[in-house]
Amino acid sequence: MQVPGPFEYDRAGSVDQAIALLERRGETARLIAGGHSLLPMMKLRLADVEYLIDINDLHDELGYVRIEPHVVQLGALARHRELLESDELAAVLPIFRDAERVIADPVVRNRGTIGGSLCQADPSEDLSAVCSCLDAGCVIRSSTGERVVPMTEFHRGPYETAVGDGEMLVEVRIPVRPYSSSAFEKVERRAGDWAVVSAAAAVTLSRGTIVDARVGYAAVGPHTVVLPAVSELLRGQAPGEHLYERAGALAAASCDPTTDMRGTAEYKRHLVEELTRRTLRRSVGRIADGGS
Amino acid sequence: MTTVERPPTRRAEEIDNDQHPVGHGRMLRKEDPRFVRGRGRYTDDVRLPGMLHMAILRSPVAHARIVSVDTSAAEAHPGVRAVITGEALAAQGLAWMPTLSNDVQAVLATDKVRFQGQEVACVVADDRYAARDALELIDVEYDILPPVVDARHALDADAPVIRDDLEGKADNHCFDWEAGDAAATDAVFADADVVVSQDVVYPRVHPAPMETCGCVADFDPVEGRLTLWSTSQAPHAHRTLYALVAGLPEHKIRVISPDIGGGFGNKVPIYPGYVCAIVGSLLTGKPVKWMEDRSENLTSTGFARDYIMRGEIAATKDGKILALRTNVLADHGAFNGTAAPVKYPAGFFGVFTGSYDLKAAYCHMTAVYTNKAPGGVAYACSFRITEAVYLVERLVSRLAAELGQDPARLRLANFIRPDQFPYATPTGWVYDSGDYAATLREAMRIAGYDDLRAEQARRRERGELMGIGVSTFTEAVGAGPRKHMDILGLGMADGCDLRVHPTGKAVVRLSVQSQGQGHETTFAQIVGEELGISPDDIDVVHGDTDNTPFGLGTYGSRSTPVSGAAAALVARKVRDKARVIASAMLEVAPDDLEWVKGSFQVAGDPGRSVTIQEIAMRAHGAGDLPEGVEGSLDAQITYNPPNLTYPNGAYICVVDVDPGTAQVRVRRFVAVDDCGTRINPMIIEGQVHGGLADGLGMALMEIIAFDPEGNCLGGSLMDYLIPTALETPDWETGFTVTPSPHHPIGAKGVGESATVGSPAAIVNAVIDALAPYGITGLDMPLTPSRVWEAMQGHPTPPI
Repeated sequence: MQVPGPFEYDRAGSVDQAIALLERRGETARLIAGGHSLLPMMKLRLADVEYLIDINDLHDELGYVRIEPHVVQLGALARHRELLESDELAAVLPIFRDAERVIADPVVRNRGTIGGSLCQADPSEDLSAVCSCLDAGCVIRSSTGERVVPMTEFHRGPYETAVGDGEMLVEVRIPVRPYSSSAFEKVERRAGDWAVVSAAAAVTLSRGTIVDARVGYAAVGPHTVVLPAVSELLRGQAPGEHLYERAGALAAASCDPTTDMRGTAEYKRHLVEELTRRTLRRSVGRIADGGS
Repeated sequence: MTTVERPPTRRAEEIDNDQHPVGHGRMLRKEDPRFVRGRGRYTDDVRLPGMLHMAILRSPVAHARIVSVDTSAAEAHPGVRAVITGEALAAQGLAWMPTLSNDVQAVLATDKVRFQGQEVACVVADDRYAARDALELIDVEYDILPPVVDARHALDADAPVIRDDLEGKADNHCFDWEAGDAAATDAVFADADVVVSQDVVYPRVHPAPMETCGCVADFDPVEGRLTLWSTSQAPHAHRTLYALVAGLPEHKIRVISPDIGGGFGNKVPIYPGYVCAIVGSLLTGKPVKWMEDRSENLTSTGFARDYIMRGEIAATKDGKILALRTNVLADHGAFNGTAAPVKYPAGFFGVFTGSYDLKAAYCHMTAVYTNKAPGGVAYACSFRITEAVYLVERLVSRLAAELGQDPARLRLANFIRPDQFPYATPTGWVYDSGDYAATLREAMRIAGYDDLRAEQARRRERGELMGIGVSTFTEAVGAGPRKHMDILGLGMADGCDLRVHPTGKAVVRLSVQSQGQGHETTFAQIVGEELGISPDDIDVVHGDTDNTPFGLGTYGSRSTPVSGAAAALVARKVRDKARVIASAMLEVAPDDLEWVKGSFQVAGDPGRSVTIQEIAMRAHGAGDLPEGVEGSLDAQITYNPPNLTYPNGAYICVVDVDPGTAQVRVRRFVAVDDCGTRINPMIIEGQVHGGLADGLGMALMEIIAFDPEGNCLGGSLMDYLIPTALETPDWETGFTVTPSPHHPIGAKGVGESATVGSPAAIVNAVIDALAPYGITGLDMPLTPSRVWEAMQGHPTPPI
C-alpha cells in the first residue's frame, strides 16, 4: 500500500466553516471531496498537502442538480453518478450523460464530484471540456461574497485554477437556450482511462441555421481548450456534413496536442477533427425540430 | 509405474460434484468461501507481536554511480529502528545474491544503480508511515551515467558497460543461444518457392498480480530459527536458496506461502526486499514486514517478454510450410533474473516451430543487459512459449496473406497429424499427443468461420473494417524431467504425501502452491477420483515447507502435469495397500478383488465388499493386519515427469476497427483448448477466461515503456493499463480431449494456454481488418494511436 506523508485533517460541517478553515490555513490547505485524484497524488507523493479539509459532509448543501427554465445549477458536490443518473439533466443537456458514461468507473463516479473535477484542472479531464463548451460559469465563494468566473478563465494552467486562497468553488451554472443541444465523444485506450482526446460540442439553431455553437476539447493542450474560431466558422451556417468537415479541419489546425503514451500529436490532431464532426453531427441531430 | 487409464466413461462436463461429489467433474471451488467472505489469509494479513515495518529507497535514475549515502537524518526520525545500506550488507557478504539464472543481483546497491527503481537502502520502523517518511530523509548523491535503454544499441562499441561488477566484463552481452540445425534450415530456405519474413516485437509487459510481493520475516535468536511468510510461488526452492545465500541452516528455515493474490510468474524470483526483511529481523530481533506498493511492483519486479524478433518462413507456392528461421534480440534488463530451467536460458522458446510439421528450423538469440528492471520471468508464458507462439502464429498468418490463402485452411494443411505422435520437432522437443486439426475445426464450427468470412466480405464492400484472426498453438508444460531441468541445481520433480485418517477422510500434502488456480479443489478431486473418497473429505495442504514434501513449486503450468501425477500415483499406492488389507478382511486373495470406485469387492460376488473407509479403519484398528502391512494407509511419492505435456488450442478472434478513430473492439473470441483429461472443467474455463483477458491486455494496451533516460513510464495502474470487463467480450470456450499418453490420468497443464495463444489471434485479426490498407504487420500494443498510424503507413514502433 502506498502511504501519504503526514498531514492534518478536518471535516467541515458547512460551507461557511470550510471557508473559515481555508482562510485560516491559507495556501497550505486543500479541500478534498471525492478524493479520487488528490489521494492518489498524495500517496504517490506528487502532492504535498499539509492540511486537508474534508467537505463530503456538505453534500446536503452543495450536492444539488437544479434544472430551471433558463439555467442549470450544479452544486460543486454533485457526484458523477448523480449527474449520470439525472434524467432531467439529460433532457436539457444530454452531453452530461454522454460524458459521465465514460468518466472513470462506477467506483470513482460514486465519489467523484463536478467541483473536484474542475478544480483538479487536469488537462485531460472530461467535464472541463463539457463545461467549457456549455459556456458555464463557476461560482466561487469567499467570506466576502461570491464571484462568477467563466469556464474559459477558470483554468490558469495545468492543475491551476482561478480559485484563490480562502475561496471555494460552490456551483457550476450553465445557461439553457431553446433549440439547443450538445454531445460528447471520447477516445480512450481503455474504459476508465484518461482521454486520448475528448471533444464536446453545443449547438443552438434557429430556423435551420446555426446561431451559436461552441466546441471544447480535453487532452489537446496544457488545459482545456475552447476554439472561438470554430464558433465563428459555424455561426450563421446551415448544418451539414460539409460544414462539420470544415469545422473539424479548423479545430485540428487550431489545437496544440503533444505526443505521449496515449498517442502521437498527429493522431490527437486527427481525433480532434474526427470527434468535432461526430459531436456536431450528434448535437444537431438531437435538436428534434431542427430549431424551426 | 506410470500407467495410463482410459478417460472416465462419463464425461467430466456432465458430472456435478456439488450434488454428488465423486472425483473429476464440475465442482465449486472448495477455497472460494473464504475468499468471497473476505477471510483469505494473505501475507499482509500476518500480524505478529512487536512486528516492525520496512520500506525500500529506490534509485530515481536508470544508471548512476553512488557517490555517498547519508542515513543520519533517517536514523534520527521518530520510530525508525534501523537503516540498512548496501555498504552495511557488504560487510556481511550479503550485498549481492544469486539470481535464478546463475547471474548475481545487487540486494542493495553498493557501487552503481543499474535501473530506475533499484533498491538502494531500506528503513525498518515502528509502522509503515514512519518507514516511508524516513526514506525521504536518506541523502544519496548520484553521479549520473548514460543509460542503455534501447536493446538494439546495447552491444554498440561505445555503449556504457552496465555490469562492470562482473570480472572482466567489457560489454553488455548477456548470452547467446541457438536451437535447431542452421545449415539444414538454410538449405531448405534456399530451395523454397516462397520465403516471407516479418519483424515482430513482443514488448515488455508486467504480470501485475492483484497482490504485490512481500513478506514477514521472523528470526528467533534463541532457537536460531527463521520463519518467513512470503508471496512465493516456490516456497521449497526459496528455502534452499535462503540457506545458500544467508548461510542459515536449511532445517532452521521455514517458508510459509499463505494465500497468494495472483502470481503469473511474478512471485517466482527472490527479490531484494525479502533478503532485506530477513536482515532487518536479524538486526532488530523483531518480526519485520515488507509489502511493496503498486509502483514498486510495476517498476522493479520481474517483467516479461521484451523480445525483438525477426522470423522467416519458407514454403512451397501451394502453401506447404517447409522451415522456420528466426533471430531474437532479448532484453534481460540489468541483471539476468530469468526464471527458467538452467539449461534453457531462453526458456522453452525452442518450441517456436509450433503445431506444424516442418523439415527444418533454426533459431539464434542474443541476450543483452540494459538499464531496466531485471527479470524475464514468466507472466503466464510457460518459459517463453508466449513469445515463440506469437512469432510463429504471426508468421503463418502472414504467409497465408502472401499466398492469398485462408489462414485457417493453411494451418489445417500443415499441422502435425495425429498418427505422427510422439512427434520429434526439428528443435529437439518430443510432442506427446494432439489432434490439432480436430481442435481447429471445433473452433471454426463454434465461430461459424465461413459465415464470418462472408460477413467480412460484405462489410468490406461498405468500407467497414472487420477482421478475423486465427492462432493455433502447442504448449510445452510440466517441467522436468529432473535430469534435463533444474533451477540452480534443484531438479524439477515434486513430492506428494497422502494420509488417510481412520474414518476415511484424507489429507494430501503438495510441494506446489496455488496463487488462485484452485489447487485445494483440483487435487482433492484427483485423489477423490482415485480412491472413491468425496473431494469434500480431502484436505489439501500446501505452501508451508515444514508441512509439505519438497518440490519446485507452481509456474509454467506445471502443477497438474507434475503434482497432479504425483497425487494420482500416491493415491494408487494407497489403493494397492488397501487391496492387501481388504483381502484379509474378505478372506480372499488380493488378486480376487476388483476395485469398484470407493470399495474392493470379491470378483463375481458383488455382495462381498469393503469400502475404502472400512479399510482405513481396519488399517488403524486393533485387529490383525496381513503380513508385511505395518498399519495406516499413508503413502508418499516423488514424481519425476518423463516428459513435458503438450496441450494445444485453436483460437479465433473477430474484431471491428473504427475507421475514423482506429479503436479496436474485440467482438468475439472463440477458444478451443485441448489439455487432455479435464479434471474440473469449471476451473479450466476460469483459467482460460483469465488467460484470454491477459492476452487481450497485452494485445491492446499493456506495455512497460521507458523514455530515453531510462525512466519507467508504466509505474502505476493509471499508466500501465490492464483490461476491464468492458474491453473483454463474452469468451466462447470449447474443448477437445487428447489425453497425454505418459501422464497417469492423461492430464496436461492449462494455466497459461490462453495467455500464450490469444495475443496472436487478436493481432492477426486486426492485421486482417486492415488488409484494405495494405497492412501486413503491426506490433502490440494495438492502441488507437498505433493502429491509426499504421493506417497512415507509419506506425510508431512500441520500443
